[in-house]
Parts: sequence; structure tokens; C-alpha cells
Amino acid sequence: MLRLENVTITQGKFRLSADLTVADGARIAVIGPSGAGKSTLLGAIAGFVPVTGQITWSGQAMAQDPGARPVTILFQDNNLFPHLTAFDNVALGLKPSLRLRSAERKAVQDALTRVGLTGLDARRPAELSGGQQSRVALARTLIRARPLVLLDEPFAALGPALKAEMLALVAEIVAETGATLLMVSHDVADARAICDETVLVADGVAHAPRPTAQLLDNPPPELRAYLG
Amino acid sequence: MTRARALTLALAGVVALWLLALNFGALGAVALRAEGLTGLRAADWAAVRFTVLQAFLSALLSVALAIPVARALARRQFAGRGLLITLMGAPFILPTLVAVLGLLAVFGRSGLVNEALALVGLGPVNIYGLHGVVLAHVFYNLPLATRIILQGWATIPAERVRLAVSLGFTPSDRLRHLEAPMLREVAPGAFLLVFLICLTSFAVALALGGGPRATTVELAIYQAFRFDYDMGRAAALALVQFALCLGAGLLALRVALPSGLGGGLDRPLPRLEYRRGALWGDSALIACAALFLLVPLALIVARGAPYLASLPASVWQAALRSLWVALGATALTTAFALVLAHAILALPRAGALGLEWLGLAALAASPLVIGTGLFLIIRPIADPRDLALAVTMLVNAGLALPFALRLILPALRDAAATQGRLATSLGLHGFARLRLVTLPRLRRPLGFAAGLTAALSMGDLGVILLFAEADRATLPMQLYRLMQAYRQDEAAGAALLLLLSSLALFWAFDRWGRADAAA
Repeated sequence: MLRLENVTITQGKFRLSADLTVADGARIAVIGPSGAGKSTLLGAIAGFVPVTGQITWSGQAMAQDPGARPVTILFQDNNLFPHLTAFDNVALGLKPSLRLRSAERKAVQDALTRVGLTGLDARRPAELSGGQQSRVALARTLIRARPLVLLDEPFAALGPALKAEMLALVAEIVAETGATLLMVSHDVADARAICDETVLVADGVAHAPRPTAQLLDNPPPELRAYLG
Repeated sequence: MTRARALTLALAGVVALWLLALNFGALGAVALRAEGLTGLRAADWAAVRFTVLQAFLSALLSVALAIPVARALARRQFAGRGLLITLMGAPFILPTLVAVLGLLAVFGRSGLVNEALALVGLGPVNIYGLHGVVLAHVFYNLPLATRIILQGWATIPAERVRLAVSLGFTPSDRLRHLEAPMLREVAPGAFLLVFLICLTSFAVALALGGGPRATTVELAIYQAFRFDYDMGRAAALALVQFALCLGAGLLALRVALPSGLGGGLDRPLPRLEYRRGALWGDSALIACAALFLLVPLALIVARGAPYLASLPASVWQAALRSLWVALGATALTTAFALVLAHAILALPRAGALGLEWLGLAALAASPLVIGTGLFLIIRPIADPRDLALAVTMLVNAGLALPFALRLILPALRDAAATQGRLATSLGLHGFARLRLVTLPRLRRPLGFAAGLTAALSMGDLGVILLFAEADRATLPMQLYRLMQAYRQDEAAGAALLLLLSSLALFWAFDRWGRADAAA
């Protein structure tokens, strides 16, 4: 269970407060106007943005070091190291030292196969298409198997069909690993398709999650303004 | 071809000819006079070995120490961080003799270190010789190397650091995936730059070296010239020095030399380090580096201040001479750099590259070689002593040109790329374009380059020693004479005056460059 207790994020004049709980295994869309603080909220949970208040996971305060949190985060871009092959980029999720045993090498290959990248393991990011690069990052998410997956619009640059394909893959991955998912979305169709609950971020507040269909069918004023 | 373009190219031709004359004409005069290398003695070859050895050690130590200091600065945030990084640029414009005096106050016979050692009954350490020369060079170049490597750290994209942190990289993972690739690109350039600087070291060796075991080639040229009156040997040594510099310069061609002068160092990286021990280690390292750099400077101020008001008239006259030389050199350097930069942009690729290399060649040039050559050229025509200040000004201008060009050329390229089409479409040409479009955009690098040139020229001790007598001494030369005469109080006061005038010149020009924030 992810819990944000009286959390406040302050960056200059920007303020965002959150007091909410996310159940284990939930799939949550984070929606709201541009600049409302959706990415900042995810950054805070991942440990990149300092907060006051407390963020706990299963009742334990989260570590200060982002790498030590039970979190995998995919950023909007730069999710891969350009100088490493697809294989190495995935393997970083197992062991950043890249000193793998044969069982671990097999696990990396399996993850690549699982996301449909069989045979492309030796390519560097520059030699892969945008969709293939996303698949590499997803293979790493799969192999890291952290219980909390945060997506900060990693597929924003992809076309609609490809994006839907990637989100379907994400849904499969979190289902397989039992992970909790929080994804920033600008597309309410995505939210309806994948996420049973939605967190609305608007006017300086990240609201507690509500059932997606209910929220979107009956939007409160601040959401109505955004949906237009 | 427009008239403006023709004028630019004609002016550039004049500057190029002057650079050729300075770099190669002087060399030709030296070569004619050298009568081969047969005049060289065993001591001269020892000087060659010493020069290479001290430059190698200085570069190695500077870069090896700069890496942990830069890493500590890259991952620590603290009040005064920006100021410390700015201060690390200061040794670059610090007159060599001032630095030497500061180091003597710490490590010299009656310096702080020896007094502390005496308290616990340990014998004095001696700063003269190889380790003294290397110490002074590290003092000078550690900050430069640190800034260069810190820039390297800043080039690691923040997004990649963030990814590394989110994946839980350990320090060795970070080293392998982020830092080692960056260092492989940055460190060789930093090493070569320091090596080049130390290869032509004269004033440090003059003050802390000397004798058969600690003489650089530059110093040997001076001694052959000044004490042995042996022009043939001085010229032969100059040829050897030129070969050394050429070798190192050709090596440097293969590695892009960094400048360490650029800005953009204040941007903190995303937080990388969470282990408390490592953070304490970083703080200790930064404190040590700051002490090593700041204590000698603080001592210069403390020891010189009481004598500043009572300096003899000869020191003030020398200061005035130095000021004129510095201002003249600054005017020449900025004008030359502007002309060359415009011509480089106007010329086709091969010509532009040639011109750029010519402008940068002085980076590997030896002031004493040029000085020797000019002396040999001038002597049959005029009394070299009469031209001492003019020659010093010209040589200083040539030596500062590479730095000015490296600052101005990228800014001009940038201005041409972003506003060139707009200016052309509006029909702005020639001087109107220079005044309305180009100069406002160049103001910052121009001010910075002018400040650097003025400060470097103000503090330069080199060619002037070949040409001048006491009645035409510059301030650094006068300071050297006071040190030689063991008039330590006056030397302390003169050192502070020299320090203050160099810093003031730099500050004034740089401030002019920053004044117009809108550009």
C-alpha cells in the first residue's frame, strides 16, 4: 500500500499537497491540467523531489535514495543509456554492474523476448525505433519487478496505435508482476482503458483516487474545465 | 564580394602575417643564429629532461587531484559553492611571481609549514628544486584542471544521472557507466593543456628552480642570453624549446583542448550521493583544495598590506608602465581576435581552419623563443632596450590571442547562426552590422577576453627580462628585482599591488562585458 501522509511539495511559488492512499495492485491514472504538478507528484514518490510530510510503502517510510525505493519510474525521455546495447540497458535492471551469471543472462533474453525484441539485443538505442526503445525500457521494468511502477508519459512521442500497444503491454506486465501502477495521462481514453482509478491533480491538490468511470462521467468543475 | 568582406579579409591578412612573423620569423632569426645544436652543453640537455619531467609530473598531479575535487564539487551543494568555483578561475590571471611569493609564505624557509614543523621538532622542508616547481605548477593548474573536469561532469546529461539514480547505481556502477566515459574524453585534454602550460614555464623556474638540477629550457635560454652573453647557445636552446612545443602542440591537435574558461558551472547536478561517509569525504576534499588555494593568497594580502602605502616611487612608475603595456596588449588582442574570427567565418573551410590554427598556435609558443628572435632581429636596427615595452606588449598580445579567439569565435558563430539571416534580410552590412548586431552579442566574451588579456599582460614576467634595464622595468620585473635584493617588505607590498592591479583590470573589463544584460 502506497500512502502519502500530509505531503506538501514546494518549488518556489508552486505548491502541491497530497493526502491519499493507493491500494496494492491498483492501476491509477494521474490526470489534470498542464503545469498542475502531475510529473512533480510522480517525481516525489520516486524520490527526486523533496517533500514535507511522509511517503510510506507497506507502512515503512521510503528510503531517501531513489534507487533504494520499491519503485521503477519511466521518464518522458532518456530512459535508455545511448552507449549501451538493448541487452545491457535491460540488464541494468538486474545488476547495474552488468556482471551477470548465465541464469541472469537468460532472464534478460527472456524479458527481451517477452516484449517482442528477439534478436535485437545487440543494438544500441540509436539503432532502434521509438517503439522499440520503449519496449527496451519496459523489458527492464519487467525484470526489475519493483512493486510500484510510475509512468511519466514515456510514450508521449509515439503515434496513437503504438501508444495503445505499449499501454497494453504495460497492463500485461503489471498484471504479471502484481505491481501497483501510477501513470500520468493526457488522454482520458487511456485512463478508461487501463486504469480502474484516477487521481486528479488540480489547483494545488492531488486528490484521493476515485473510480475512473465515475470521475469522468461526472467531472467536478476543475476537471470539467480541463476536459473542455 | 562585398566591401565589408574584402576589408575583413585584408585586415585578417595583416594579422595573419604578423602572427606568422611573430611565431616563425622570430624562429627563423633564431635558427640563423643558432649554428646548429653543437653549442649545447650537458647542462642544457639536463634542462630539456627537467622541462619534460616537471611538466609531466605537474600535469599528472594536477589532473589526478582535480578529478576527486571536481567530483566533490559536482555532487555537493553548499553556500559559497559558486564563489569557490569562480575563485578557482583566479589563479589563471594570478601573476606568477605573486603566486610564488604566496607559496613561499606557506612552504618557504620561514613559512607556515616550516614553523609548524619546527614546533614539533622536525627539520625544515625545502621548497626549491623539482618539488617546488611542481608544487607551484599544481597550485596554478589544479584549479584550471578542476574547472575543466567539473565542466565534464556538467556535460553528463541530468536525465542520465536521474536514470542512474532511479536504477540504484552504486558508486562503481556510476563510475563505469557515467563518469569513466566522461573522464576518458575530458582528462587527456586537461592533461595536455597543463603539460603545454608547464612546458613553457619561465617565472616559476626562475624563482623556485635554477641550478644544474632544476632549470627549464626557458630559464636556460634566459641565462645563456643574459649571463653568458652566448647568443648562439641561446638560439640553439630556443630551437630545442620550439621542437618541444611543436611536439606537444601536434599531440594536442589530436585531442581537443578544453579551455576551462567557460561559464555554466553553477548548475547543480541531481543529487547523486546519499552515503554520509562519502559526503563528509567530499566536504573534507573541498576544504583542503580551498585552503591550498586561498591561504597563499590570504598571506600575500596580509603581508603586503602594511607596505602598500610606503612603496618607493620606482614601484609605482613600474606599475604605470605595466598598465600601459597591459592596455595596449588588450586593445591589440581584442582587435586581432575580432578580425580573425570574422575572417574565419567568411572564408571557405580550409582557409578558415588554417587561420584558426594560426591564431591558436601561440598556445604552444614559447615567449622566450619569440623574445630571443625579436632581439636578434631588432639589434642590428635599433637599441632593443628602447623597444622593451613595445616588444613586451606585442608578445603579450600574441600569447593571449588563443584564449581571446577561443572565447570570441564560438560567440560569433552563434550570433551568425541565430541572427545572421535576419540581419542580412534587413540589409545590415559592414560597420552598422558590427555595431548594431554583432558587438552587442559579443559583449560578454569580449569583456571576459579583454579582462584575461589585461590581467595576463599585467602579470607577465618573461620577454621583458631579455630586453629591459632597470629604468624600463615593468611591475613584475621590479618585483623580481626586489625579491633578488632580499627587500622582502617592499616585495610583499609590490606583490600585493601587482595582485590588486591584475584583478582590478580583469574585473573592470569583465564587468563592462556583463553590464548589458539584455544582450
